Amino acid sequence: MRDIAVVAYAQNPIVRDAGANNEVELIMPVVNEVLKEAGLKDIHDVDFTCSGSCDYLQGAAFAFVAGVDALGAVPPIKESHVEMDAAWALYESILKINMGAAESALIYGFAKSSPGKLAQVLSQQLDPYYYSPLWPDVVSLNAMQARSAMEAGVLTEEDMAEVVSRSRANAKSNDKAQLSGDYSVEQLLEEPEYIAPLRKHDCPPVSDGASAMIICTVEKAKEWGLPYAVIKAMDHRIETHNFGARDLTVSESTAIAAEAVGVNSAKVDVAEIHAPFSHQEIILKKALGLGDDTVVNPSGGPLAGNVMMAAGLDRIGEVARRIINGEAKRGVAHATSGPCLQHNMVTVLEAE
Amino acid sequence: MPQNEPEVLSQAFTLGYTYTRSTGPVVGQFLTGLRDRKLIGNKASDGKVYVPPMEYDPKTAEAITDFVDVAETGVVKTWSWVNEPNEKHLLRKPFAFAMIQLDGTDVPMLHMVDAGSQDAMSTGMKVQVRWADETQGLITDIACFEPVTEDSKVAEKPAASDLEPITGVESPVYLEYNFTAGKATATFLSNIKKGKLTGGKCSECSAVYVPPRGSCPACGVANDENVELSNKATVQSFTIISIPIPGNPIKPPFVVANLMVDGAHQSFLHIVSGCENSDVRIGMRVEAVWKPEEEWTHAMESIAYFQPIDEPDIPREEIGRLTPKGEKNDA
Repeated sequence: MRDIAVVAYAQNPIVRDAGANNEVELIMPVVNEVLKEAGLKDIHDVDFTCSGSCDYLQGAAFAFVAGVDALGAVPPIKESHVEMDAAWALYESILKINMGAAESALIYGFAKSSPGKLAQVLSQQLDPYYYSPLWPDVVSLNAMQARSAMEAGVLTEEDMAEVVSRSRANAKSNDKAQLSGDYSVEQLLEEPEYIAPLRKHDCPPVSDGASAMIICTVEKAKEWGLPYAVIKAMDHRIETHNFGARDLTVSESTAIAAEAVGVNSAKVDVAEIHAPFSHQEIILKKALGLGDDTVVNPSGGPLAGNVMMAAGLDRIGEVARRIINGEAKRGVAHATSGPCLQHNMVTVLEAE
Repeated sequence: MPQNEPEVLSQAFTLGYTYTRSTGPVVGQFLTGLRDRKLIGNKASDGKVYVPPMEYDPKTAEAITDFVDVAETGVVKTWSWVNEPNEKHLLRKPFAFAMIQLDGTDVPMLHMVDAGSQDAMSTGMKVQVRWADETQGLITDIACFEPVTEDSKVAEKPAASDLEPITGVESPVYLEYNFTAGKATATFLSNIKKGKLTGGKCSECSAVYVPPRGSCPACGVANDENVELSNKATVQSFTIISIPIPGNPIKPPFVVANLMVDGAHQSFLHIVSGCENSDVRIGMRVEAVWKPEEEWTHAMESIAYFQPIDEPDIPREEIGRLTPKGEKNDA
């Protein structure tokens, strides 16, 4: 794999309800911001554009097509889309560059989840014969995973509260975060159960927002004279859609991907983990093989703001930003998709 | 015109569709069994029994073809407690979603448990199927599971039906949303209600879009400038609709045209009427016929139709190049 550089990343403030802003109005600020950050004139200065979104979230057919209006795609550009988190749009872009079909790419992800009922919408992505007719909401499914992990001795409710407490505290220094503040473990455990054994704060907030990133070959980054973080390795694995057939207390696909990219071949300074639910951060930290010397989710992570279809790309952007700023030399970003951590991607980023 | 913040326009709606899905032989056999109040699983080459049956072994990807009958009782492996069912949940009182491993199987299945209260739930508890009053070959033929008690007994099975095997299911997916119009659309619709057509002007290339889109798709910049447009337009293209369209009250034949309003650079669709359909032609000049003011709403239907006016036709290459006053724009 060619070394590919992240040269720009931008994120809108994550909000509960973007109100009257439509997809174009959400996407345009971040697209313009990354183009400016990279010193590029317009979309034609990159070779490829790829986005991640899901029209069911806002209930608007072809919102992903309307979103292209934010780009200035005249004359026509090379453009693609994934009905997934934009971390997979990044993956497609990296394949494109590795094929030699592009030297640079712009990636964006967006979601407006506020118009719909997210937990119900997500239940309809499940098996249409056996699962979705039962309308199993996303919180209930993850509550079952949390209980499995608790009863297997993998984690405790104190561990989960500790994840939430740290997420909210870290998010105080992230001006884009939706939820932040000081909450002690004791205080959190006093909250009532929501869908047992989960409490509300164990679940991610429903969020609206958008993020964008520009990547290019290392040679191109040098030509452009930009500071950058290098994507050294990236791998993603998927497990069966039948979650009864999976051991929900571990993340087998994350472990395989982490091994494939050599997460622990050197010290990991920072990790951003796409764990929408508190118990998942603990499961994923184990699967990634991270030790206590790694700073986990300094941005606050998805518990502090979870833009569907962008939160995975955000993890990669957050790590890249810290490497570009010189706060870290080597970092790991994780992205997930599907129910209860079905599909997982692991990316290693390094300073040059 | 003043560039005020538009009011936020929103509208609740249901996005729905009833998908028709074929089941294939494996899922079909399971659903046919459910209709007969029977649970059917299948056994993979490693001896693992799956219920509901899997088409392919998740480990080896081999097709699983060995079907086995399975008990109606099983054990809860994990569960969540839903204290306040949402409007889609099938049980209308507090219940558990659970992974239930039926006796004699190796892989738990997802379903619901009606145990009455959270205190009555525990991992490892014995549960049994509660069948729906009527079965039809759907996963919901199992109404839910319920705790096994001392006086629980398995109901007598009705004789297997001689109905055709299940080969397809209907999957109704109806989701409720509250749609909010974007800022540009909200401005446009608010002005339509006032009897005015508004375009959005690109600050870079000066193109005027109607309805405004909030951005110039060509330049990729926000369109913040609104311009009030004329009621006059030119037919850019048209079609004569001769077949009735379900739900459309207009009687065919009628003319739908791409109309380029003076001052705009992008056409929109509306009806052309007030003349013989055969007289409609590209380049023809038309004007909006607004409904009576009391019928103006946040919709293009506030304009009843466009009707021809006594002005010379516009040459094809000049359509979209007129200023708001209808003069030729050479810029």
